Amino acid sequence: MLSRSNLLKLLSAFFVFGAWEVAGRIPVSFAFPTFLESMTALSILIWDGTLFTAYGETLRPLVVGILISGFLGIGIGLFIGLNRKLDWLVSPIFVVMQTAPLAALIPLLVMAYGIGLTSKVFVVCIMAMPVIALNTGGAVRNTPASIKEMGLSFLGTRSDIVLKIVLPAASPVIFAGLRLGISAGFIGAILAELKITPTGVGDIITYSRSIADYPSMYAAIFSIIVLAVVFLNLLEKLERILFGGLNRGYASE
Amino acid sequence: MSETKQISENAVEVRNVFKNYGDVEALRDLTLQFPKGQLTSLLGPSGCGKTTLLKIIAGLIPATSGEVLVNGKPVTGPGPDRAFVFQDFALLPWATVLRNVAFGLELRGVPKPQREEIAVKYIKDVGLSGFEQSYPHELSGGMRQRVGLARALSVDAQVLLMDEPFSAVDEQTRRKFQEDLLSLVQNENKTFLFVTHSIEEAVYVSDQIAILLPRPSRVSEIIRPTGFRNKDKDSIRRDAEYLDIVDKIWASLRTYVE
Amino acid sequence: MKLFGYELPQMSSLILWGLLWEIVGRLEVTFFIPALSDIFVTLLEISTTKVFLTALSETGYAFLLGTVSAIVIGIPLGILMGKNRLVDELLLPWVNIFLSAPLTALVPVLMVLFGFGLQAIVITTALFAIWIIVLNARAGVMQINRSLVEMAHSFGATPKDAFFKIYFWAALPEILGGVRIGFIRAVKGVIIGQLLISIVGFGALFELYSSNFLMKHFWAVLIVLFSLAFILAEILAYLEKRVSYYASRRAA
Ligand SMILES: Nc1ncnc2c1ncn2[C@@H]1O[C@H](COP(=O)(O)OP(=O)(O)OP(=O)(O)O)[C@@H](O)[C@H]1O
Ligand SMILES: [Mg+2]
Repeated sequence: MLSRSNLLKLLSAFFVFGAWEVAGRIPVSFAFPTFLESMTALSILIWDGTLFTAYGETLRPLVVGILISGFLGIGIGLFIGLNRKLDWLVSPIFVVMQTAPLAALIPLLVMAYGIGLTSKVFVVCIMAMPVIALNTGGAVRNTPASIKEMGLSFLGTRSDIVLKIVLPAASPVIFAGLRLGISAGFIGAILAELKITPTGVGDIITYSRSIADYPSMYAAIFSIIVLAVVFLNLLEKLERILFGGLNRGYASE
Repeated sequence: MSETKQISENAVEVRNVFKNYGDVEALRDLTLQFPKGQLTSLLGPSGCGKTTLLKIIAGLIPATSGEVLVNGKPVTGPGPDRAFVFQDFALLPWATVLRNVAFGLELRGVPKPQREEIAVKYIKDVGLSGFEQSYPHELSGGMRQRVGLARALSVDAQVLLMDEPFSAVDEQTRRKFQEDLLSLVQNENKTFLFVTHSIEEAVYVSDQIAILLPRPSRVSEIIRPTGFRNKDKDSIRRDAEYLDIVDKIWASLRTYVE
Repeated sequence: MKLFGYELPQMSSLILWGLLWEIVGRLEVTFFIPALSDIFVTLLEISTTKVFLTALSETGYAFLLGTVSAIVIGIPLGILMGKNRLVDELLLPWVNIFLSAPLTALVPVLMVLFGFGLQAIVITTALFAIWIIVLNARAGVMQINRSLVEMAHSFGATPKDAFFKIYFWAALPEILGGVRIGFIRAVKGVIIGQLLISIVGFGALFELYSSNFLMKHFWAVLIVLFSLAFILAEILAYLEKRVSYYASRRAA
């Protein structure tokens, strides 16, 4: 038996994809293929392996960029959260980075680092790092004072307190920041492929647009959105499994 | 009494301590001795600075001026001779009861099998057997407080600083704990500093009761119950001196409530 | 942070970074980082040129149209979702999907459907902003005190009255929170749209400056953009704080 909410989800998907199909059949625009055409194109892309090669290409700057931003962002965030002077010095840069349209830096990055992998990794990093660093910093700063005092009173060294108290206490928020960073990283990775040089999925999109193979173009876009959404949702699930119990608050009343 | 003798008799000495939080004057010229092997209660209105005093003795926060001696040595920071029971429990929400209780020993570098053996013993002593693998959010307020108590007991410190350790337990458990505390004071040669809001509790368990004034806090009075200390635990509450002291303390505290 | 007992303002370290930038620029470490003072001089020069003003007004126009449509569609939609369970269950999955989806990927579609111009950019901007606005308006409505709604019904409020006089106002703090984040996202959206379409607004300007290696010009435009984005975010945060003040009193 389907539950009400799953039934409605199916219904809702049916409506939306149905509307897509109908709009494609009218057609609303010469550049608007039907849902079924797009899905056929998608299965062809999957079947002949094009999509997998493309993702191998697309995911490389994303993975490298996320790894770099994860390590640097969490590291910097840790220092920001622990040291008020560093906080004063470094946080404003990340605050500005988070509100500013950093995508505008891309032409500059291309001039400085060319059109290769480096530039693309850079794009992912500038998109993903601010939110990771700021979340880590905030979480570390907000570690309840009472459990830090407890650590001190039982003779914890500074590294004990950071490793055994501050980091575990901050980890749910750090993880959430990482997830938001990955979400921003996806935007960066795709932007890089569309703006810098068409490779991977960006290449499929750009190439099929140039030869007016719209079903393939829509299929590629559809696939990247599905991939990002599914991955981010899995991360959110993992987050709930890992830290679910903690949300009920620090053990104080 | 000679100077040397006094040092050896007092586990903790607080001398002319002042503490300001910015503009807030929490403690003003507070002087107080805590005799070795005895239990001293701090009794005073909410916000008068009891927690502050305990934390200064623990070495967690510095006094603005004045001196604190523990076993004759000035306090410069936390030490192995003192253990703290926190008013808000200060448990690690991601750690089991067992790890929380053993955490003090963990920070002191005691190997895992040994510290867990010790922890299990104290978990049993505070009546939490069977909850070793539970997490703090699965426990009631009173049970959490007992975890904090077991953690402080397990490091075997000479001086126990207890900030309202029984405030969240129910009345029956509380009475049981008070009796246990009395045996603890008698059997172990430890010094207890005990903050409470309950006059009856203070009189019941204390060798010495220090009454603190509202902020800025000083000691207004020290009361030493003597007559009923060696009596049977059950008859204390009916003892005439016990009842007299309770009335007397209430009489002096009620002026601040009104 | 405190210096000589004096509390330094929060963002004041940026001045220090600006100085560092100036020094690096003066030392001519790299061609890509000209001295900050030179950039500001250039900024003054180009700020009156026609290309710059056109880019600014085109961007401002696209941003305004995009955010206004996101607000006009997003808030009522969110309120509707908060009020009606069926609508909510049908739409919420989609809102969540688009909230986390890399919307950049949709820009090529918008380009082929709506042409390489203003329209595609406006829609990109709106798409970046709208989902969080919807979600926050929904959350705002869902936390409304039930007794407030019942009070309105008991006094015979029409659905229209209830909508404008109760739901909107009671959910206002959350709505504004959503609008603030939506605006920040929209700034990113409008720039991403222009970068990819690159023949209008700042996109065209970036193309012009970077292909001619006009570093100072490029940085001048970046600084204008970043400052505008930051100031906008700060103003909205200030407004939001004012309204949450009202909201906390509302609860009392
Ligand atoms: N970190 C702090 N910063 C500023 N003021 C503080 C701080 N800690 C305590 N105070 C102030 O110092 C005074 C004493 O606080 P303290 O916590 O020691 O009181 P208390 O006697 O333990 O009260 P209670 O019985 O309610 O626990 C209070 O007025 C409080 O407002
Ligand atoms: Mg207290």
